[in-house]
Amino acid sequence: MRHLMSPLDFSVEELDALLDLANDIEKYPEKYAHACAGKKLATCFYEPSTRTRLSFEAAMLNLGGSVLGFSSADSSSAAKGESVSDTIRVISCYADICAMRHPKEGAPLVASQKSTIPVINAGDGGHQHPTQTLTDLLTIRSLKGELGNITIGLCGDLKFGRTVHSLIHALIRYPNVRFVLISPEELRVPSYIREDVLEAKHIPYTEVERLEDAMPELDILYMTRVQKERFFNEEDYIRLKDYYVLTKAKMELAKKDMLVLHPLPRVNEISVEVDDDPRAAYFRQAQYGVYVRMALILTLLEIKVE
Amino acid sequence: MLTISGIQEGFVLDHIQAGMSLQIYHDLKLDELDCTVAIIKNVKSNKMGRKDILKVECPIEALDLDILGFIDHNITVNVIKDNSIVEKKILHLPKQVKNVIKCKNPRCISSVEQELDQIFILSDSEKEVYRCKYCEEKYANPRRR
Repeated sequence: MRHLMSPLDFSVEELDALLDLANDIEKYPEKYAHACAGKKLATCFYEPSTRTRLSFEAAMLNLGGSVLGFSSADSSSAAKGESVSDTIRVISCYADICAMRHPKEGAPLVASQKSTIPVINAGDGGHQHPTQTLTDLLTIRSLKGELGNITIGLCGDLKFGRTVHSLIHALIRYPNVRFVLISPEELRVPSYIREDVLEAKHIPYTEVERLEDAMPELDILYMTRVQKERFFNEEDYIRLKDYYVLTKAKMELAKKDMLVLHPLPRVNEISVEVDDDPRAAYFRQAQYGVYVRMALILTLLEIKVE
Repeated sequence: MLTISGIQEGFVLDHIQAGMSLQIYHDLKLDELDCTVAIIKNVKSNKMGRKDILKVECPIEALDLDILGFIDHNITVNVIKDNSIVEKKILHLPKQVKNVIKCKNPRCISSVEQELDQIFILSDSEKEVYRCKYCEEKYANPRRR
């Protein structure tokens, strides 16, 4: 029995197989419509995350399975003080697979140690969010044709953004990937990622402060939100905030086939006027999130569809 | 010159960083053993300038080498039998340490889950980095030389 705790739990080969399956699901959804008939997914969400939970539920429903669960700690036995270990033992009696979101880092791992059903980490604090990374990888591979040979710009809060860190870890396993790190000084990628990951593995990268400077060379632009409270002073925030808002004017600097990705929710870092640009792929990305979760459920439940 | 007699059977921990012997005495739970222990502090050393030494008269099995390796793998462990050194044990960084140190990350599940073992895993043997098994928070060992 396997669980998914980190996007690196899968080898490159296993990941390829998972993404192939997700693409097959996209192409022939009817083939998979009853693949999980009689199976139940428990969504144990100790903190609210509507999109991730609904994406998991949509994935299971698309596979003909059923869903049960809770969407906040208040409505679960955690409010009564039950441990994660005890909760998962009970959930194991009710469902066939579990997706767990928890504010405490490592909670899904603790659950997986006591569980008799596969556990998927659906986000644990600021630590890991593997299905977001799988979503990003599927989107890039589906729309670009491969995961190697790309120049990807990561823009915004690169210091605290776990989706960005996970994506870097996942992409360095592919050949000829170049990173352009676009952030204010305060929100640069942490030194352990620059030194222990990028430099240690000789992965080419550059750091720039202005999005405009990076646009022309990018194959993919991965946007994240820059929150005002992350800045040390108001002056810097006012000086820099517009650099990290993607507008139609900035899109004119980009390649004709560049893709814009965003883990969503978007607040104001991508102007609504960009939504109609064919290069804006963030809503398609949400759709790929459902396909990849369907593929993940099938893989972890070891269900093969001929 | 202070003289401390030899031991019949037991072990001598040599090359302990000066000032660390009492801490190691507690970490190895030597206070719980019913045996003779000599804590020698601030001994002159050519190699280290100053060092501490621990002499313990008890069977060698009573010593948790993994914990000692985690605390400081530069310590020399001399096994004594019949008043002479019969073996020098080489300490290694253990792959994991259980219930020796606590994760300091307040967002870690180990801060709230009942009776969860505190496990740290060696993630970089060159830089001697241990990380919490659950949240991957780095443990900065203050005793590392």
